[in-house]
Amino acid sequence: MQSQDIFRFSGKAIISYRFRTVLMLIAMAIGVASVVLLISLGESARRYITNQFSSLGTNLIIVLPGRSETVGGPPPLLGATPRDLTLDDAMALQRLAGVACVSPIVVGSAPVSRKQLEREVLVVGATADLATMRKLEVSQGSFLPRTDPSRGSAVCVLGSKLKVELFGNNNPLGQRVRIGDRRFRVIGVLSPMGVSLGDDIDETVTIPVASAQALFNTASLFRILVEATGSEAIAKAKENIRTTISQRHEGEDDITVITQDAILATFDRIFRALTLAVGGIAAISLVVAGIMIMNVMLVAVSNRRTEVGLLKALGAPRSQIMRIFLTESALLSVTGALLGLLVAILGLQLLSFLLPNFPIQPVPWAALLAFTVALATGLLFGVLPARTAARLAAAEALARR
Amino acid sequence: MISLQDIERIFPVGDEEVHALRAINMTITAGEYIAIMGPSGSGKSTLLNILGLLDQPNQGTYLLDQEKVSELDEDQQAEVRRHKIGFVFQFFHLVPRLTAAENIELPMTLAGIDSAERKERVAVALADFSLTNRGGHRADQLSGGQRQRVAIARAIIMEPKMILADEPTGNLDRAAGYEVIEILETLNSNGMTVIMVTHDPELGLRARRCIQMVDGRIIP
Repeated sequence: MQSQDIFRFSGKAIISYRFRTVLMLIAMAIGVASVVLLISLGESARRYITNQFSSLGTNLIIVLPGRSETVGGPPPLLGATPRDLTLDDAMALQRLAGVACVSPIVVGSAPVSRKQLEREVLVVGATADLATMRKLEVSQGSFLPRTDPSRGSAVCVLGSKLKVELFGNNNPLGQRVRIGDRRFRVIGVLSPMGVSLGDDIDETVTIPVASAQALFNTASLFRILVEATGSEAIAKAKENIRTTISQRHEGEDDITVITQDAILATFDRIFRALTLAVGGIAAISLVVAGIMIMNVMLVAVSNRRTEVGLLKALGAPRSQIMRIFLTESALLSVTGALLGLLVAILGLQLLSFLLPNFPIQPVPWAALLAFTVALATGLLFGVLPARTAARLAAAEALARR
Repeated sequence: MISLQDIERIFPVGDEEVHALRAINMTITAGEYIAIMGPSGSGKSTLLNILGLLDQPNQGTYLLDQEKVSELDEDQQAEVRRHKIGFVFQFFHLVPRLTAAENIELPMTLAGIDSAERKERVAVALADFSLTNRGGHRADQLSGGQRQRVAIARAIIMEPKMILADEPTGNLDRAAGYEVIEILETLNSNGMTVIMVTHDPELGLRARRCIQMVDGRIIP
């Protein structure tokens, strides 16, 4: 029998048993749709988190004072005083191989006021490089000027929300605000950024790091942000940072270095595992659909005993009868899978329409996977009915009306 | 052409064994027209099934064209059925979802013959059986006589040497039945071996050779 004839013969059988066909298509479509939908949602969540992290800046290394991990050896008897990170430490990092730029950060809380309006906000002391590292954009004016970090100047950049609170719709550029007991000139306003990992950047005010140190009367840094020259330079830069700081801190390894990609990789792993788990649960519905295919095909075989008998009488060998019934279940599962994909894509479109901020994308490999699994289940669970059909005794099958 | 030697067929029914065929010996030469007659349960249909390789004897040898077909495996027997044997059944056994033309085409489709040749041969067969304007009708849209004519056309489309007919008129009215018998007789007169199971004595008498069966034996 030529393969296009098998397809036509099986196709006609599928079309003529409408109710059965519709039921099986629904079962298969639900299975495939849930696998594709859930995996796509999981993947989208993973990408969402990844994007959130990369909005912190790429190839980022964060240097914190103090150690958060222990590396063997007895605890120091007299207690080691953690040394603070200083502006000079940050300047030293600037010159290291593999380091593109460095931004020392001082963070504190201070009242910001203009005339009678006053807000208690987060004050960030930074340098010009922070803008490139954290991908900050200004909507008005400019960011902090590129000057010697150890020299402060009385200028500030307002977060977008803070600007509205203090100035309304008026142009703040060149105006003065009071931060703590000092006066600063507004030189820029940040574009709305929203919340990034807990900090509402829209409600901060950024000033030069030396000014922040003077404001808060401290010589130490909150942290140092370092950007490596590339993802391959991160490990090297990290190593260099460690040795340099330790040299500067009298041989004490008293800092914690976090790389952004390490955090990212952890989240990535968690979300991938979650996605696979959820996809696996959904795959159970595919198996259920497979069992349904088996069930319905078994009924079909017993309903079509005489037909099988006839095919045998007309000279069809066992293998041919198996092929005919296998093709039937394969056609059913593939059509069901296609329907399921369609449902999944429509569902994803609907979701992305309802949740415009959440980046939902169909995952091609999930579709491929679901499709393959559907075809495999169709064939696997089609084997038993097809064998039953092929093994029917011709004379017996024909004896009934 | 056909030689049956000591054919036995035993069916287990519950704890007992039913001897459907006992010590059947017969020879059939090409071009014969044979009626197998007898009361129900006498083994007529079992004999026909064994002749058609739809059933295996428990014992004995079946020679078809000097070949021991009873010893072939299932697929080889299917091959023999495909090329040498045409079947006509009491209940027609047309595939209901296929049209008359597709039903006639089915043996050629199963044999993997090219579509163009199939269409040609089906057209000839439809014309021969005056079914040309019925070719596109589904089986359930045909009358009984038309269905049986489609079934006969299907049985001979592979140009077999013999036709095995199990009560071919059993489900038809007199006129339609008569028509079917005439077709079978015409085929026989063109050299086709026709073996027909019937319990209609009138039809039995028309055959040139009549085999009477009782309790699984052939009455000499």
